[in-house]
Amino acid sequence: MPERVISLAKRGRGRLAYAGAFTPPLLDPEVEEPGLIAGPNGKAAKKRYNVYRNNVTVSLVKALADTFPATRRIVGEDFFRAMARIHVRQTPPTSPLLFEYGRGFADFIENFEHARTLPYLADVARIERAWLDAYHAADTGPLKPDALAAIPPEKLSQATFTAHPAARVVRSRFPAVTIFALNRQDGPVGRLETADPEDGLVTRPELEVIVRRLPPGGAAFLEGLMAGKPLGEAVVAALEDDERFVPAANIAGMLEAGAFTAVAVSEG
Amino acid sequence: MIGMPVVDRVEAARFPAFPVHGSAGASLKPEHLVGIHADPAPVGFFEVHAENYMGAGGPPHAALAAIRERWPVSLHGVCMSIGGAQPLDKGHLQRFKSLVDRYEPALVSEHLAWSTHETTYFNDLLPLPYTQATLARVAEHIEEMQEAIGRPILLENPSTYVVFKESTMGETEFLSALVQRTGCGLLLDVNNVFVSATNHGYSALEYLADFPLEHVGEIHLAGHAEQEDDEGALLLIDSHDGPVADAVWKLYEIVIGRRGPVPTLVEWDSDIPDWPVLKAEAAAAQEILDRYAASRERGAANA
Repeated sequence: MPERVISLAKRGRGRLAYAGAFTPPLLDPEVEEPGLIAGPNGKAAKKRYNVYRNNVTVSLVKALADTFPATRRIVGEDFFRAMARIHVRQTPPTSPLLFEYGRGFADFIENFEHARTLPYLADVARIERAWLDAYHAADTGPLKPDALAAIPPEKLSQATFTAHPAARVVRSRFPAVTIFALNRQDGPVGRLETADPEDGLVTRPELEVIVRRLPPGGAAFLEGLMAGKPLGEAVVAALEDDERFVPAANIAGMLEAGAFTAVAVSEG
Repeated sequence: MIGMPVVDRVEAARFPAFPVHGSAGASLKPEHLVGIHADPAPVGFFEVHAENYMGAGGPPHAALAAIRERWPVSLHGVCMSIGGAQPLDKGHLQRFKSLVDRYEPALVSEHLAWSTHETTYFNDLLPLPYTQATLARVAEHIEEMQEAIGRPILLENPSTYVVFKESTMGETEFLSALVQRTGCGLLLDVNNVFVSATNHGYSALEYLADFPLEHVGEIHLAGHAEQEDDEGALLLIDSHDGPVADAVWKLYEIVIGRRGPVPTLVEWDSDIPDWPVLKAEAAAAQEILDRYAASRERGAANA
């Protein structure tokens, strides 16, 4: 058969309707169970279909609970499940890889009216999402601490950096890093001693994910470098963001954290 | 123009080719890693859900590589959506192939079920009607997966809670036809047989009598939970959250008596117990496998 005829034949293969009919009620409790199914010998299938409804919703809520344990601890189990269920129904996953799920959860929390009294909650969720990205990121060695020593001082401002695949910056108007850390450790949640805004850096230079608080201007500095800005421009951007920014300490900090894998200096 | 010389690139196997024949294994759970590595004789093999290892790197791959260096690994796909109406996800096929290449698994399996429709992933093993049209579609999908990963797969019989009014074939007939058309093997989940037989009011023994046992390359055992259907009758849920039920052990022994020893996995995915509890379940399966292997040897010696 010529190729064109084969492709037409393939396209013409019968449409199978069962999936389109089976799925709409799965995430919408208002939609009745599909008519194309039954129990044995024509028995009713409402409770039977509900097994699938329950599996889908409960397993996806659990996926969010596993990804956002600090968020869950802050609001409590019942509140979290109720909130997650709404998000699951509005925004189910589009990838079969569940560790990719929940990218819209922080924005959802930010606009969730019942969570308005916890304005930092969305930022804690952002750190947790970044934590899981770092956990699964590609394995690669970070830049050696002495990597910049080989660059002539007059060229240093033109140096550009390659971000480590695990590195993420999360900015917050709240002490989100401290709240995240308090709620991710096993012991009782201690007292929150600060109300200052905190920016966080998430890295995984080896196998352990590390979340650090960044010094003033540090987030703008790293975001600049990660976007490909040369070192000099990133320093300027950081100083514009916060005049307390200290270049030397931030450069040492980013090397120690393993936020970058390579440095290059353009010729000329 | 002179063509480039064609060189067969034969890469050395990265891991030992451990056999799994006649051995019992357990689901690999991160909470058991320390216990497993400290155990001088844990189980015969470990099975992982492929999707949990489809990230680029990090602790999951480090853990799986450390396991694979010492034991055989079975790669069990949960969301290829082989039973789905729409084409397979090409990206997912590629990720699956990468895992097969990377870990050289002893066994590779997937489900007669689906989980993705249009762009939504439902994270459950959803059922399909058994008709000539779905048979053709599922056979295409199995062939596509086998071609992508370069080896045959084992296809698992599902636990189901509903039937489709449009079905024209029984499940064993459907599975037998898939084996004939695609050359795939079968993963016989004995708990799923028991769950589905109870839920649909047929005999598990009759189902097994019709099942093409000669094509079974792996067996699954797991625990189930009990609920009620709309009429208040018993409805079993494939929950993987407890020990294997006595009735399932009996069916398993019948299958092994008829089929001979087959690699057998005890699954436990929720309410995960301490390692010794799961290990004991696998040891119980191993005991049955060894008993029938020994009786077969005696039978052969006396022949």
